[in-house]
Amino acid sequence: MKEVASREMWRLKTESRIKWKEIGWYLMVIIITIPFIFPLIWILTAAFKTQAQIIASPPLWIFKPTLNNFKSVFMEQNFARFLWNSSVVAVASTVLSLLLGLPAAYSISRYNQRALGVFILVARLMPGISFLIPWYILFSKIRLVDTFTALIASHMLVGLPLIVWIMLNHFDGIPRELEESARVDGCSIQNAFFRIVLPISGPGIITATTLSFLFSWNNFMFSLVLSTNRTKTLPIAIYNFVSYAEVSWGNVMAAAVVIITPAIILTMIFQRYVIKGLTMGAVKG
Amino acid sequence: MSAKKPLRVGQLIEKNIKWLFPLPTGVFIFLMMIFPVLYTFYVSLTDWDMISGGLISFIGLDNYINLLKDPRFFNAVKLTLYFTVLAVGVEVILGVFIALVLNRDFRGKNIVKLFLLLPMVATPVAIGLAWTLFYEPTIGLGNYGLKLLGLPPSQWLGSKAMVIPALALVDIWEWTPMITLIVLAGLASLPQESFEAAFVDGASRFQIIRYVTLPLLRPTILIALILRCIDALKTFDIIYVMTTGGPGFASETLNIYAYNLSFNYFRFGAASAALVALFTLVLACNLIVLWMRKTYEM
Repeated sequence: MKEVASREMWRLKTESRIKWKEIGWYLMVIIITIPFIFPLIWILTAAFKTQAQIIASPPLWIFKPTLNNFKSVFMEQNFARFLWNSSVVAVASTVLSLLLGLPAAYSISRYNQRALGVFILVARLMPGISFLIPWYILFSKIRLVDTFTALIASHMLVGLPLIVWIMLNHFDGIPRELEESARVDGCSIQNAFFRIVLPISGPGIITATTLSFLFSWNNFMFSLVLSTNRTKTLPIAIYNFVSYAEVSWGNVMAAAVVIITPAIILTMIFQRYVIKGLTMGAVKG
Repeated sequence: MSAKKPLRVGQLIEKNIKWLFPLPTGVFIFLMMIFPVLYTFYVSLTDWDMISGGLISFIGLDNYINLLKDPRFFNAVKLTLYFTVLAVGVEVILGVFIALVLNRDFRGKNIVKLFLLLPMVATPVAIGLAWTLFYEPTIGLGNYGLKLLGLPPSQWLGSKAMVIPALALVDIWEWTPMITLIVLAGLASLPQESFEAAFVDGASRFQIIRYVTLPLLRPTILIALILRCIDALKTFDIIYVMTTGGPGFASETLNIYAYNLSFNYFRFGAASAALVALFTLVLACNLIVLWMRKTYEM
């Protein structure tokens, strides 16, 4: 009887020790995570504050939310227009990059055209600013500055190499036997590509598309030089806020929420693919 | 006749598919990348600026010589390296540590990964502006935090000594998760036997990490480090939005320096020379990566 009791006590003791260890570990995870999420939460709350509430010290956590910042951003600052511009550029540059990039990646993979592969890699790693002067001069000469064409083409230089690089890795992983058996049945190479290879490339295409869209959506440098009033994208629009003498921080934060939210939603939907895309360069490739 | 035609077109496409498939991409890359880079080389050998207008004359290596004489250029090189080493150094240490903590199955792992992912995908311009407000000396959270800790307030972005560390902190916030996610992926692919063997030999958890995990992870960490270096050397958005290179030239990295030369002073010739210097630096890093991939067979 006594022995059973002491054994029972020992079991409880170890269990509670494991439990405390667990709690401590979870606490550590929370402490690690908070700094990464805090600034975003802060932006979100500030978007619903008045200027006085934003600059209050100590910071206010409980307040009556106002929609004035969003009203001002959409009514006075014309953000619907910039939202549209950003969407046009991001969608167009991604779709065009897919059209060009998918066949190219397939061909590089199947015919071992590694020279082109190297140029693609260099394009991915070059500092974007090295293209800006020549683009600016050339686009001015052919009167393309302030057109969507120039902006989309510039964003494609980010999207296309990314797509080719991701898809190249993907196609390398698809066994050739699949197409070869189709070829024996009299299917042409292009048909095998469109009907057999592409339909099973969903995960790769999702990864490539999501990242290409995100990079275009977030792009600042190219749009800074190549867009003006008519084609202004969201990152440029929000940047223009702070050039005024007195910054309305509420408006800036509301604009930030408008810009960041689509990127976050996309990331939530395709989390697995975004992680794969962002880390693949390091683990494999 | 008309029934046969599509077939012939199909055969023609098939015969030349090696060229047809990569051709549009090749043309695009040539027009948008190779040609501009060659053009930059050419411009870097001329005296082209706003004043000279259409009259461009070839001046050989003068721009490069002037670059080497320009203290602002050396300042920019120094600041670029300082920013990169500081940001990436902290990112690697912190990133590996976080990955080691998170390396097990637990409830909510996906949500933690999502939280870590958000700084990377959030638009850098918007992030830069939010941090600008945090760093505001009178109303920002930064000095409020320092006050809570009993420390004297800082000028943050307004101080020549603090501006680079302050900017590096934003980069650290954005990109530490990338190291963590890369290392987590690397950890998942490590052979389990070595851990079991060490465990059987009675090694403590710390010993296992120190003598088994980290050595096995070395190639992954190295690649992550260099990938981050390449990106950090090119950092533009955050710095341009938060300081445009100031105060004075205290945060004018190579990227910002080249941008200011081109689009504020319109000295295209001089700016092109600076750009050639910048991409030589970045390409050198890339070559190191390629070489390392070959050596380590990664």
